[in-house]
Amino acid sequence: MGKRVLLVEDEPNIIEAIRFILQRDGWHVSSHSDGATAFDILSATPPDVVILDAMLPGRSGFDILREVRDTDETRNVPVLMLTAKGQVKDRELAEHYGASAFMTKPFANADILATVRALAG
Amino acid sequence: MNSIARELRVETSVLAEGAAASLLETLREAADGHAPATEEAARMEEFVGRFPGWAALLADMARRSRSLEHTVETLLDRMTHDPFLSESLHDVLSTVTAIRSTAAILVETPDLDTEWLGRFHRNLNDDGERLAKSAEALVRYLDEGSSADVTGATPQDEFDAFLQANDFHFSDLERALPPDPSAMVRSFQHLSSAASQTLAEAHLKRYLLDVDHMPLQSFAEAAKQTGYDPAALAGQFGIDLPAVFRRLATVPKALLGGEIGLVICDGSGTLTFRKPITGFSLPRFGAACPLWPLYQALTRPMAPVRLIVEMAERAPRRFLTYAICQPSQPGGFDGPQVLKAAMLILPADILPDPKVLEREPDTMIGTSCRICPRAECAARREPSILADAF
Repeated sequence: MGKRVLLVEDEPNIIEAIRFILQRDGWHVSSHSDGATAFDILSATPPDVVILDAMLPGRSGFDILREVRDTDETRNVPVLMLTAKGQVKDRELAEHYGASAFMTKPFANADILATVRALAG
Repeated sequence: MNSIARELRVETSVLAEGAAASLLETLREAADGHAPATEEAARMEEFVGRFPGWAALLADMARRSRSLEHTVETLLDRMTHDPFLSESLHDVLSTVTAIRSTAAILVETPDLDTEWLGRFHRNLNDDGERLAKSAEALVRYLDEGSSADVTGATPQDEFDAFLQANDFHFSDLERALPPDPSAMVRSFQHLSSAASQTLAEAHLKRYLLDVDHMPLQSFAEAAKQTGYDPAALAGQFGIDLPAVFRRLATVPKALLGGEIGLVICDGSGTLTFRKPITGFSLPRFGAACPLWPLYQALTRPMAPVRLIVEMAERAPRRFLTYAICQPSQPGGFDGPQVLKAAMLILPADILPDPKVLEREPDTMIGTSCRICPRAECAARREPSILADAF
């Protein structure tokens, strides 16, 4: 089985597009849409890479990222933050909380694939 | 020295350090981060001595530049705090992202199997419709906003704009020799109507009184030492809680160690003062969320309310709030009792122990029913347009 990506995103059609792009590249992709329970899913079986939307229902992606970095089991998991705003403040927050990479929506498919590959090493 | 400066009608810094020192300090700030100027910093005094007029002009330009940058930051911040605009743009960008990714897959994958092909075509169609609706709602909103600016701005709108453009802080009034508030309001471009000038003048006069009771530096230090505890500050400065609330909301973020929000309402619940902070948006139009601790305080005059709330936004955040309602008798003993309630809003990053916000919130709140996603809220008074339009 290929490496695993957990996609935490609440827009179903974005999930479907990213899932297609990564699966075609050999990744095993699982997704989760609820911010409130995303960390439980993530920490239960830490994936090789997490793609995390900043604005989620239930809990902010930044809060989730902070808990990921504060938890021994998930501290080293690479996290790619996605945000629809692309504001300097969001980028600073992502960096502050320890995002491994940051992309703004809308993004190019090739960029997201290249970033996930790079994060997985 | 403040009293002497007041009598002489000069700044305290001029007495303490001399006019040239003040000019040099401004020039040093202007040179900071500008490599060629920094390299010549040792010759700054020579420059001021030989060309005092040019030096003063440069200092004025630097001050003006900082002021304009501050205005731009304030306007950007205001845009960020408009919850409907923020939600709408997020929705538009998310839909555009889905469309762009899906379209690229269709173009770049000629051998796509029939099942995926059908699915992506359906997604494109759905997203296209959704984008059209989002764009219509956004245009309608912006149309309403722009026409309101031209023809329908209320005195309260102008007053809000005036406060926001100054970032709620009036450094001129913090000086030993403050200007006359009546003259100040006439010089602000945001205050075009007589009614908004009346509101602003009353605010600035109250601001001056607060400055007298709670001087900037000592108050900011005390605020940090007490962990921004309004009751402790009220005791320390011998002043009432609403005044402490107001002062906490007017101290610059850099001095205070973070931003603190404040809302004030009258007895009808109408917001008369609104200072938003990141993650706690305030309604641009109409009434606020009825579950705000502000309104709990309004029903119990003089009983302080301290609650942890969670604000319903796409990225919900928790805040510590303090609220108090204070009655007054401006019409004398037999006159009507006038109520005014205030609520301070403290985010996690300013609290000495941010973990206090990790426990279950006392109240789940929103900005206002019109843009709140909590469909099942027991206090809802009207359906949310977010559910309808998006």
